Order: sequence, then C-alpha cells, then structure tokens
Amino acid sequence: MTDINIEQYNIKQEPYYEIQSNEVVLYKAAYKARMPVMIKGPTGCGKSRFIEHMAWKLKKPLITVACNEDMTASDLVGRYLLDANGTRWLDGPLTTAARIGAICYLDEIVEARQDTTVVIHPLTDHRRQLPLDKKGELINAHPDFQLVISYNPGYQSLMKDLKQSTKQRFTAMDFDYPSAKVEASIVEKETGIDTATAIKLVKIAETARNLKGHGLDEGISTRLLTYAARLIINGIDPTDACRMALVRPITDDVDIRSTLDHAIDTIFA
Amino acid sequence: MNADELQAYRDALKCNFKGLDAVFEDCMNEALLLLSEQGIKDYLKGASLVCMIGRGFEPVLVYLEKMPQVAKQLGEPTLSLVSQAVWDLSRSPNGNAIPPFLQTIAEASRRLGSEEQLRLYVKILMDMMERTTGSIHGFHTTIPSPGLPELLQQVPYLLNNLSLHGFKNWIDYGVRNYQNHPERQKNYFCLQSADSRAILQRERHGTLFIDNERKLDLYLRSLWQDPEHLVPYSSGLDELRKPMPYYDAYGIRVPDVYDDVNDANGNVTGIDRYRALLAHIAAHRRWTTAIIADNFSPFQRIAIETLEDSRVESLAIQEYPGLRQLFIRLHPKPDENACKSAEESCIRHRLTILSYAILDAHHPYKNEVILEYVERFNEIISDKTNGTKEIADLAISFVAKTRRQSDQLPKVHFTDTEIDYRDDNRHMWRFIEEGDEEEMFEEKRKLEPEEHEPEGLPPRHYPEWDYNTKTYRPDWVSLYESLHPAGNAADIDKLLDKHAGLAKQLKHILDLLKPQQYVRVRYQEEGSELDLDVAIRSLIDFKSGAQPDPRINMSHKHDGRNIAVMLLLDLSASLADTPDGCTQTILELSQEAVALLSWAIDHLGDKFAIAGFSSNTRHEVRYQHIKGYSEQWCDTVKARLAAMEAGYSTRMGAAMRHAAHYLSAQKADKKLLLVLTDGEPSDIDVTDQQLLIQDAHKAVQELDQDGIYTYCINLDANVKPGEDDYVTRIFGNHYTIIDKIDRLPEKLPKLFMSLTG
Repeated sequence: MTDINIEQYNIKQEPYYEIQSNEVVLYKAAYKARMPVMIKGPTGCGKSRFIEHMAWKLKKPLITVACNEDMTASDLVGRYLLDANGTRWLDGPLTTAARIGAICYLDEIVEARQDTTVVIHPLTDHRRQLPLDKKGELINAHPDFQLVISYNPGYQSLMKDLKQSTKQRFTAMDFDYPSAKVEASIVEKETGIDTATAIKLVKIAETARNLKGHGLDEGISTRLLTYAARLIINGIDPTDACRMALVRPITDDVDIRSTLDHAIDTIFA
Repeated sequence: MNADELQAYRDALKCNFKGLDAVFEDCMNEALLLLSEQGIKDYLKGASLVCMIGRGFEPVLVYLEKMPQVAKQLGEPTLSLVSQAVWDLSRSPNGNAIPPFLQTIAEASRRLGSEEQLRLYVKILMDMMERTTGSIHGFHTTIPSPGLPELLQQVPYLLNNLSLHGFKNWIDYGVRNYQNHPERQKNYFCLQSADSRAILQRERHGTLFIDNERKLDLYLRSLWQDPEHLVPYSSGLDELRKPMPYYDAYGIRVPDVYDDVNDANGNVTGIDRYRALLAHIAAHRRWTTAIIADNFSPFQRIAIETLEDSRVESLAIQEYPGLRQLFIRLHPKPDENACKSAEESCIRHRLTILSYAILDAHHPYKNEVILEYVERFNEIISDKTNGTKEIADLAISFVAKTRRQSDQLPKVHFTDTEIDYRDDNRHMWRFIEEGDEEEMFEEKRKLEPEEHEPEGLPPRHYPEWDYNTKTYRPDWVSLYESLHPAGNAADIDKLLDKHAGLAKQLKHILDLLKPQQYVRVRYQEEGSELDLDVAIRSLIDFKSGAQPDPRINMSHKHDGRNIAVMLLLDLSASLADTPDGCTQTILELSQEAVALLSWAIDHLGDKFAIAGFSSNTRHEVRYQHIKGYSEQWCDTVKARLAAMEAGYSTRMGAAMRHAAHYLSAQKADKKLLLVLTDGEPSDIDVTDQQLLIQDAHKAVQELDQDGIYTYCINLDANVKPGEDDYVTRIFGNHYTIIDKIDRLPEKLPKLFMSLTG
C-alpha cells in the first residue's frame, strides 16, 4: 500500500482562521491524545475551515469526506471493483486515512445513514482498528490517525440524529457564529471589503438569525456574508448584493423575504 | 344681481314653498359665482323637478344649497343627474330616502372626485333600491326598501373606507343574502351584523393588518428582538375619538388597516407605515424608562413625550439609518407661521416643529429658540448615558422658555401636528396618586357576567362557499367541538363478539396487509451490498465478451404503512330510521361497522381518529370528538361510541373543514378522510338545496389541495349513481354506496382495507 500519494492530502497554504476562544488549545489537546472529535455548529460558521487550519498547524494530511444519504459503508471503507482479470480492492477514504495517519474529516455526518456510520466505531475507541471483513484484513490505525466529524444539530429532525452509541465515542466542541466584531473582521480579512460595510453585513445577518425557529431553519452564515462582500467588491450595489447572496438563498418564504429586504434597505440607507 | 334679475330667476324656479324666498337670494348668489349660464338653467330646472315631487321643502333646500358646489367640482351634468335620480326615487315607494340621499351627494362628490364615479355611485344606489323594494303580488312595487335609508346613513363612512368597487360588492352581498329578511337587511346595512363588518373588512382598501400579521411579527423579532404580541384595533368605527396605537402588558395595539400615503416623494406603502410604527414602539420599549408623572403639568408632559419620542427615534436611526427617511416622510411638516398665537394655543404646533427639526437636518425653520433646542437635544443624545430623565429636563426648559399666555386658550391649533406613527406614550408615566380625589369611598363593584359561558371549547368559525356568487361567506358557520358523552363500553364489546366470525375473516386479510419491515431492492447500480447472483451473471457476461449489467448491487428499504385516517360520522336525525328489510336502525348498524373498523385499524396500527357531526343552523354545528389520534382504542373510546345518538341536520362542509384541520396536522404520507353519511347535506336555515352540496364539494376541493383524500361511504338507498346525484357532485368518483345497509359492518372494514391496501 505504498502507492498512496500522501502529498495530495497535505495543506500547502495557511487557511485563514480567526480564533474565537480556546478552541485551538482544546483541539490540540484532543489530537495529542488521539481522541475522536465532533464539531457541532450551524452551517457556514467555520467548522471545516477550522479543521483545515488545524491540519495545517499540526502539519498532518487531511482527508475530507462529504457525507450524503446514498453513501454506504463501502464508500468509506473500500470495495472490490471488477477488473479485466477478476476483481481489485480499492481502499475507501477512511481506510486510506487509517493507513497513512491522516486526519479523517467526515463532514455533515448525520446526512449519512445510521447503519453506515457504525463502521467508524472500532476506529473510535481503544482498539483503533478497522476490520475490512470483505477483504479479510484488519488494519491497525497509524499512530497519527484521528477521526473528526462535523454535525449540524440545527436540522431538528428525528430522522437525522446520531445514535447514542456513535455520539458517545467523541469529544465535542461547540461552534457558533462569531461575535459581531469578530465576524465583521473575518468578512473584512477574507474579502478585503471596508470595515463599515462589513459591520453592516453582519448586522443584516443578525436580524436573520433572530428569526431562527420562526420560519428560518438556519440564519445567514458567515460564508454567505463573504459572498455578499465579494459581490459588493465587484461593483454590485450593496442592497442587490445582499438580496442575492443573503436573502434569496436561505428562504422562499415571502413574508421573511420582505422583512429581510426591508432590513437591508434600512441598514444600507 | 339686481332685483329684476333675481325675480327672473325666481320665476324660472317653479316652486311655491314659503321658506324658499328667505334663502333663494343667497343660493343664487353662490350659484352665479360657480356656474355657467347653461348651468344656472339646469340648476333651476333641477330644483323645479325636485320641488314637483311633492316631498316638502327640505329636499329643495338641500338641492339648492349643495348642488352648486358639486356641479363646480364635478361638472354641470351632475345637476340633472341628481335631480333625475331624486325624481326616480320619488316614483318608487322609497320617498323617505330622498332627503338622506341628497345629503350624501355633497360628501360623495368630494370623495369620488369625478362625474363618472358619481354617476356610477348613483347607479349602484338605484340598483340596490330596485332589488330591495318589495312587491306583494309581483306587479307593483309597494314596500319600500328596508335597507336603503340605513345604507344612506352609512355612506360617508363607507366611501371613506371602500373604493367604489368595494362599495358595490359590499352592497351586492347584503342584497343577495338578506333580500327576503327586512330586519336582517337593516342590520346589515347599518353595519350592525357581524358579516356586514367582515365583508367590509374584506373589501377595504389599504394594507390590512391580518394580511400582514406574520410579516410584522417577523419584523419585530428580527430587527428588534422583540417577541411582543400585536393586537389590532378597529380604526374606522370610532368616528369621534380616533384611537391611537399604544402598548401595555397585553401587547402592542396597532390599527387594523393603513392606507398608502402619497407625498411629493412618491408613495409610502401601508406596510412601511406599520413598520415605522413598530420601529417607534420597539425603540420606546428598548430605551424609555417610565418616570413619575404627578409633578408635571399637562404642558410639560406633552413636551416631555414629544422630545422622548424624538430621542428614541434618534437612537433607532443610529441603529437603522434607513428609518430616518421613512420617519421624515410620515412626519407632518407644519408651516412655521401657520399658528396665530394671538387666537389659538400653539403649544402642539411648536412641539411638532421642534420634533421635525430634530428629525430632518434640512428643515426650513428659522426660529432661533427652535434651532437652539435642536442643538441642545443633539448634545444630550450624543452622550449615551443620558436617558428619559435628561430629556425631561430639556423639555421642561423648552416649555418654560417658549411659554405664551395664549397657550391656555381653549382653541388649540391641531393642523399638521398629529404624528400618526407614534403611540400615545401611556407607558412612560407612572402615577403615584390614582386621581385628584384623595380617597375612593366606593369600592369597585364587580359585575357578575349574566350569561353563562357555554361549556366546552369556544366556537370556531368556518367560511361557507356560496356557489351563486363564487365567493366565500366569511366566518359563516360556528362550529362547537365537544367530547362525546360516554355510555357503556361493554356494549361495543358485545357488538364485536357478535361479529366474531367476521372479525376472524378480517384478521386474515389484516395479516396480509401488515407492513413487512424489510424489503430488498435489487438491480441497483449503487447499493449497500453486492447482489451475488446478479454479480456473477454480470461477470460471466463480461468474461464472455458481452456487455455486463452494471446493476449488481442491492439495498434494503423499510416498507411501512404511513396513513392517517379520520372517520367522520354523520349523526343527523335520519340515522334513527330503520331501513326497509332491516331489524336495526342505521345508527346501530353504523355503530357496529365503526366498531369493527376501529378494531381493524387499531390492529393495523394506522393513526386513526373518529368524530361525529350534526348541525342546527349555521350558528350551531356540533362536532363531537369520539376518538383522537393519540387515544388508544380503549374502553373510554368504546364508551363514547356506544353513546352515539342521532339528531338535527347535516351541514357537512364545516364539519369536513374542521376534521381536516386535525388531519392536516398529522404527519403521514397519506391522509384519508372517510365520511359516513346517509343523506345529502341539508340544514333547516338553508332553502337552496344546492348550496350545501356545493359547499361540501368546495370543501372536498380544499382538502384535496391540502393532500387529504376524501372518500364517502353512502348509506342512502335512494341515490342512483350518475351525473346528477349529490354524491357524485360532492365527492366526484370517490364514493361507495352501500345498498344493503345490514351488510355495512362487513363492508366498511373491507372497504377501508381495499382503499389503503
């Protein structure tokens, strides 16, 4: 298994990340003990960016898997493929990570079906092993291997929750949208927009976040704010940019749209 | 105008009432000023016509007084239009409506603003008169319209709130529904009856609160983090005192409607006016602290209120800069010199000027005191620690500095001083003493409410479809929901025992229907597992050089029934009949059938509810709860079922709408409403047979749109299925007629299973 190109999983440039509190220290400690970590938080608040940043800081390769409903256990572990001479085994991303000692990041784990997520269990306790039953192989995880999952509790759906047996294998860190000041400076640094506009954008995001649970499943994310900022930098009128990047994507509810549009008008007046 | 001319005009007016001579000269002077030569001729001719109807002097006087203005505004053809209308009125039994009719003309012309509109207005009234004037034998109309005088009384208010189109719709509704009921017609046209107001509300122009309630809730919540209730008050019905918005412990009171406001810069929409109001109130709630009122004079109080309003608005504007433009456009802009301080009290005028000057930096005012105080206000605002108290001090010094003797005058200058997006500030005062009287000698007497509240839930109102006009009658039906009284549960068990054989048969079918938990889905390109049979076949194909089938995986899926069922039982009086050839009443048979069906559905594990309905006019539709979705099929439910009784009529639409309201709250893939009935919808207050049938049909359509499948089990042996019978009209082809009613207990569960299997 020496033909894996580890280089491709390394992160070359420092990803921009604004520290919000003690999350870096906590994460480093968890990594030192090789404990599995669960990152919770609303969409677009910087979960993935944080993991990238940490992988860069720890100088470890990072393998990211975006989970989805159609994903099966063999998509994670690996499968036999048909070959001209018979069949050939292909490692899945989880197996690869365990072999090379990478940080394996399963993004939005609840999207995967519950029976799929069970395959990570043996890797996440004291065993640190991955049995490949189809292949008849037992992989002992590389000492540097660590499993990280992200999980958005905001869906509030009975169907999309983690099993207790899965939850209790992880240490967890809560992420939320940064405070207004920090968020404005993130938008500013990420896009190069002026401070005043960045503050206004954050203010709009706050009005929308107040509506969470009243017709909005999720507020406007920091990611959308950077989209809006980029549009503004490219010469789009701020109110139009906000409508396009902040309001239209998150809701089709006419009442909420009109309220948020009004908020944009009063803030950018 | 000399005496000869006057005499010539007087001769042209053929009218000999005594009082005429006293006013004729004044009227002519005005007419000559406003009308052309031809106009004068028409005017006198019209007055002669009004005189000839023989209804006394009053109509002539009103005509003479009002018409020159009207003709000047809307053009002279209105002169003959009005006189002709009066003539037509006098030829009908509605002579008593002539004076009020003439009284409305001046008001109507002011509101309508063009000759065509006035013509239309007169036509609508004439039309209404014709349709409501009754006749005894159908030849001559002899009974005056009961509603017309009442209607004319309400015209100023109606035109104020409705467009002419809405006015017509409102009248049409009243004429249509109360044509044969004089007392109700009167109630309708004098705005006494509930539906009259409801229709008025529907036809109103402007932005209605009810249409935008959610938007405003969201506005408060998102921009101000304030989850307070909004409670609308009626802005139109109180003519004397205009209610103002306010808030107290029970919520924020807002007007029920706002019209758009037009100004030089365009249009402020009603929704924006609501938002301005809510922004103002939210700002108060955030930044105003209540202060003690007892030590301030009334003048000081209004000054404090005005400046506090300005202060919280400034703070709100700092938060949301766009509000400034909105406030400026809604704020009145009083002319600096409009108030004559010698004759009237200018205190409101001064304060409004100050308030506007604070709001708009480009104000036109030159008064030095005003400018000075704007400056001082801005100073106070710039320090964030300053609050209501500091503003109160500033306000008191403003009152002291600008005080005039004339402020005490009873005549107050009100023009351009009402700022209608601001609330009445009752929240900012605390009173130490309750009133000027030191002691209250009388204790407040608590009045016991005379009427007993009806037991059970408050009524719910449902609309009813009127197929004649293709409109809904708003809140037409009152539906009372109650628990069905309980009887003896053992009776139902006995019934089930009686049908033990049938139950055994059913059980066999049920077992087949029961959901199989896991189903294999084969031939999948992507799946959870390799399907070995297919894979080997593919591999062989591949090895032998043929195109292999790539669908070699399989996956599993859950197969479950996910159905919510509502069984709605018609409990009308006809259920007590015993059909030909049966030994039991329909009610007893239904009981058995429902018991069996419930047992079967319980066995299947589907979500299931039962309710019965009957009606006694539109004011009392009874909806009796027998089994809810969360209740088990247990003795309590059986006991209710055992106590089922037949009585009253069948108003199906409302009951279906109510049942759907519960059904739609259920989470299920399929929703089924089963209606068990023995006859067509009818009620004792409905003469038109088709009305309730069409309403029930409409209800079925509404339910269909909500994803509810409606199915009728009909026990009416007289129905012949076809195009014309009522079951087809209501339910389309979603029905079964059970001819042999004694087989109902057997049929009903089987029918259910075939429907859902």
